[in-house]
Amino acid sequence: MVSKVVASAAEAVADIKDGATILVGGFGMAGMPARLMDALIEQGARDLTIVSNNAGNGDTGLAALLKAKRVKKIICSFPRQADSYVFDALYRAGEIALEVVPQGNLVERMRAAGAGIGAFYTPTGHGTLLAEGKESRTIDGRNYVLEYPIRADVAIIKAFKADRWGNLIYRKTARNFGPVMAMAASCTIAQVDEVVDLGALDPESVVTPGIFVHRVVKA
Amino acid sequence: MTRWTRDQMAARVARDIPEGAYVNLGIGLPTLVANHLPKDKEILLHSENGLLGMGPAPPPGQEDPDLTNAGKQPVTIVTGGSYFDHADSFAMMRGGHLDICVLGAFQVSVDGDLANWHTGEPDTIPAVGGAMDLAVGAKNVYVMMEHLTKKGEPKIVKRCTYPLTAARCVSRIYTDLAVIDVTPQGLVVIDIVDGASVSDLRIS
Repeated sequence: MVSKVVASAAEAVADIKDGATILVGGFGMAGMPARLMDALIEQGARDLTIVSNNAGNGDTGLAALLKAKRVKKIICSFPRQADSYVFDALYRAGEIALEVVPQGNLVERMRAAGAGIGAFYTPTGHGTLLAEGKESRTIDGRNYVLEYPIRADVAIIKAFKADRWGNLIYRKTARNFGPVMAMAASCTIAQVDEVVDLGALDPESVVTPGIFVHRVVKA
Repeated sequence: MTRWTRDQMAARVARDIPEGAYVNLGIGLPTLVANHLPKDKEILLHSENGLLGMGPAPPPGQEDPDLTNAGKQPVTIVTGGSYFDHADSFAMMRGGHLDICVLGAFQVSVDGDLANWHTGEPDTIPAVGGAMDLAVGAKNVYVMMEHLTKKGEPKIVKRCTYPLTAARCVSRIYTDLAVIDVTPQGLVVIDIVDGASVSDLRIS
């Protein structure tokens, strides 16, 4: 019998290594897998590279991981927010590296990794500071920049319901990066509100098929 | 010479949005446009975090932390709305599916170059979000901004001095003094406040 459900958040993150690249779901706090972030802090992995839309909000979730000084680099689209004071202080002290990526390029780079695409041309960012040093090309009269996939060791996401095969559905705009991040990592760990019986999720409505999910933990 | 208030500017933008349009309103001034959309027309608002058919803020006490807008504020969904993931959301933006986006700006050039994401000052933390994707991808990019900076300098310029968001992307500019189309032949004033003439519109 296949079951991806693990007993605890601690068990779900136990084998994450120092120096790992980790995709962290969420747009602000919507979809932020805060319980797994806490478990990762407890677990102690350090020198992490984090890929997430924001650089943490308030003192919880990703912000708590940053505050514990486990992150050497963050790749995100929008680090500067009213409540991103943990990141702001680390950045100004030179204690964390930042790569800013336009949001659509960020998600497409992860999608490319998950879909087996070697690189892609995007119009977003062409002619701006964020495309400096990158290859560009004109196709049918339009200018594009070459962008490479972002592959990760681990994706940590939050969903609404899962079954034991790892099929996922999400809730409202908390879906955001979850389905794409799930595709782009060697090991995807989903924190869910509820684990339901196999067959309880309508196959027509499954958003992330279980093939992209390796561990499920109820939080 | 009078100036349009922020609400009058928002109402002026709303007047130009037709029924059936798929529209993304940027953070800041453009958000006000939503308050002025005619109730008798169906206009679909897109939010980059995975929502089509965005409704107004919920009544106090009915906020849902899983239902937010691009500024992470609580919102609602209208009947017939939909949720989707970020790849689909940015396909809508980058892929030319949105009819109109309305963005704020630091500067717009006479050629339609847009600067709205970064002042370039060394002590600011750069943050771009979805601005570059909207600027390159929407069918019509409308900018909504004050005509002059707080220091009185024109925000419509020959060449942007702030870092670009995208080149030659702006189709129309709404300011507190005028509505101006960006055309291959140059800027064309299509509306102006009472008591002003085109020669009053400063451009640097």
